[in-house]
Amino acid sequence: MLKAVILIGGPQKGTRFRPLSLDIPKPLFPIAGLPLIQHHIAACTKLGECKEILIIGSYTTTQMTQFVNDMQKLYRVIIRYLQEFTPLGTGGGLYHFRDQIRAGNPSAFFLLNGDVCADFPLREMYEFHEEKPNAIVTIMGTEATRQQSVHYGCMVRNGSNAVTHYVEKPNSYVSTLINCGVYVCSLNVFQVMAEAFQKKQDGFYSGNGQGTPHPGYMSWEQDVLAPLAGTNKLYSMQVSSWWSQVKTAGSAIYANRHCLTLHCTRDDVCQIIPDVYIHPSATVDSTAVIGPNVSIGTGVTIKAGVRIKESIILENATVNEHSLIMYSVVGREASVGEWSRVEGTPSDPDPNKPFAKMDNRPLFNTDGRLNPSITILGAGVVVPAETILLNSIVLPHKHLARSFKHEIIL
Amino acid sequence: MCGTDKKLEEIRALILVGGYGTRLRPLTLSRPKPLVEFANKPILMHQIEALVEAGVTQVILAVSYRAEEMEKELTEQVSKLGVSLTFSHETEPLGTAGPLALARELLSTSSEPFFVLNSDVICEFPFKELARYHKNHGKEGTIVVTKVEEPSKYGVVVYDDNGQIESFIEKPQEFISNKINAGMYLLNPSVLSRIELRPMSIEKEVFPFMAKDGELHAMELQGFWMDVGQPKDFLTGMCLYLTSLRQKNSNELYDGTGIVGNVIVDPTAKIGKGCRIGPNVTIGPDVVVEDGACIKRSTILRGACVRQHAWLDGCIVGWRSVVGRWVRMENCTVLGEDVIVKDELYVNGGQVLPHKSIALSVPEPQIIM
Repeated sequence: MLKAVILIGGPQKGTRFRPLSLDIPKPLFPIAGLPLIQHHIAACTKLGECKEILIIGSYTTTQMTQFVNDMQKLYRVIIRYLQEFTPLGTGGGLYHFRDQIRAGNPSAFFLLNGDVCADFPLREMYEFHEEKPNAIVTIMGTEATRQQSVHYGCMVRNGSNAVTHYVEKPNSYVSTLINCGVYVCSLNVFQVMAEAFQKKQDGFYSGNGQGTPHPGYMSWEQDVLAPLAGTNKLYSMQVSSWWSQVKTAGSAIYANRHCLTLHCTRDDVCQIIPDVYIHPSATVDSTAVIGPNVSIGTGVTIKAGVRIKESIILENATVNEHSLIMYSVVGREASVGEWSRVEGTPSDPDPNKPFAKMDNRPLFNTDGRLNPSITILGAGVVVPAETILLNSIVLPHKHLARSFKHEIIL
Repeated sequence: MCGTDKKLEEIRALILVGGYGTRLRPLTLSRPKPLVEFANKPILMHQIEALVEAGVTQVILAVSYRAEEMEKELTEQVSKLGVSLTFSHETEPLGTAGPLALARELLSTSSEPFFVLNSDVICEFPFKELARYHKNHGKEGTIVVTKVEEPSKYGVVVYDDNGQIESFIEKPQEFISNKINAGMYLLNPSVLSRIELRPMSIEKEVFPFMAKDGELHAMELQGFWMDVGQPKDFLTGMCLYLTSLRQKNSNELYDGTGIVGNVIVDPTAKIGKGCRIGPNVTIGPDVVVEDGACIKRSTILRGACVRQHAWLDGCIVGWRSVVGRWVRMENCTVLGEDVIVKDELYVNGGQVLPHKSIALSVPEPQIIM
């Protein structure tokens, strides 16, 4: 029997995903028509042995209950949401709920970060992990560019794929093999965590509570993985399939494109340039031209002569006649007027560099100006007819009265 | 007053066509400015037709550049109007007065006054009234003046209650007058004695001296006036012209489904379904506007194509250019001849030179070589 744990963090995290995360918890933001972590759940349930999925985060249960119930019905597997009431870090939360994970004595469990999007090779990872007699943790690794690798956990391996050195976000170059935030863990990982926890406790009380936020606070990467490196208990399986973090709103469009290629649904409601996902409940005029890389959510209305590419249209939004939407996210219940243009700038990785990842750039550049990025309309935003909205972010429920360029509209 | 019209038949007119028309580039890279169609008719033809209407029988064009092209095209059009067209070629640019000296022989064959026009001016040409007014005051010359909102940008004309001009003041800082020279004159042949055959400015080197001698009068223009020598003013002038057309000859305006406000459409143009055209749009011969396009305050020149769902505001689309599907163009964008704007682009204030194909958006005003 196997289990899976998905770490989704909480509302105080994921601020770079605003304003999309103002309406909906980031882990539930639809990528290729499905909530981000539904892709994780779908991957876990493909392994028949995976009997329970635990989602750990600090979102309130009311924000998560509906989703959890829907998923249980859909995938017929036990799914539970475990709420952390105090932010305990990536390791602290996991350790806190160790009894829930150990219950039923699974042979191993998958640990998945909620903010990644990938073609999860869980079966291969589990087999890889089982082959290594001493393995406690196996990390899914991927190649990054030399320059970008320092933004991730960097790993050095020996000939038998054991991790000999692990550094989280180093200041200087260490290795181009990076941690994807996807793991297979044996249950004795909790003994390693107990030691790390004890060390933390000692440090906390000898320091009079100064410095550390909470005695239970623990970083999975720094307090668990880094010490395990060089002990022949930590392994990494390198994959070359597609993988990306979903940190900024811009990365949602990039992730959407790749997920669409993995799980594409084709519709012949209008002219489609693949890949496109259109929810069956959406109304799309036959003269619209949609794609590539477009997801259209439930209850969306697309009128005559509309052009949409490289965008995500969330539920119940309305896109009126002759308008154009590209490199944008249109929020729930938002409306785009006729002959309007909603345009963003793609923030994809450099296609000319092999192994390049998303550059999750800050909102503003060094001149204090908005970095060109995708255009985002928050929920209920109204864009009037014949206007242009270029590289802008509109917070929810704003009714615009004119065109905007390179602005955040509160 | 009887018989005034008869005497007008003797009157000649000189139109200062002049230079390269650089201000109306990129259109003038393909076609001399006087031949650029304003409201579906070459700018110059608006003036010639008005002159013919006022009884003018001989039009002299003072040209210094691309004369052959103009001669070829205009001779044919003008012959239908029953007026003779003479070209006076400048070998070097002679300014605004020099061309009169060059055409001295033609202009001094009779003692009747002659009209002089700057070629960029569009208005409700008041040539009959001008002839009458000139005859009444009996002095050497009459300048047509027009009212402007911001006189400090121009040279203003100061005159008394009888219309006799006292002085010209360049760019006045304090308000003195809101009347400026409208670029249309009626002059007696005697004025030619004040002009030499050299580059010379009529505004600076002739009129001030005539005013000093009490020989120059001003006549106030009624209705709109615009110097259409640059794209922004070309479009503003078109709006004023169409408004005036609504009042005077509203049957020349086009009407139909999806037409908003004052619009003229050549009968050979094709307009698709679900379009919204207007207000203030001119659509030239053989133009194709495909389904679902929206065009406002723009001129689409002969043979151009505006493809599906495009949105245009404040644009001049040059001859045989193609504006792609879902393109948005605005803010005084001017496409030269045979330009292609690819689908889904945004062009903001772009000035695009002829025969160019654009594959990238132009988000800020820019010249595309």
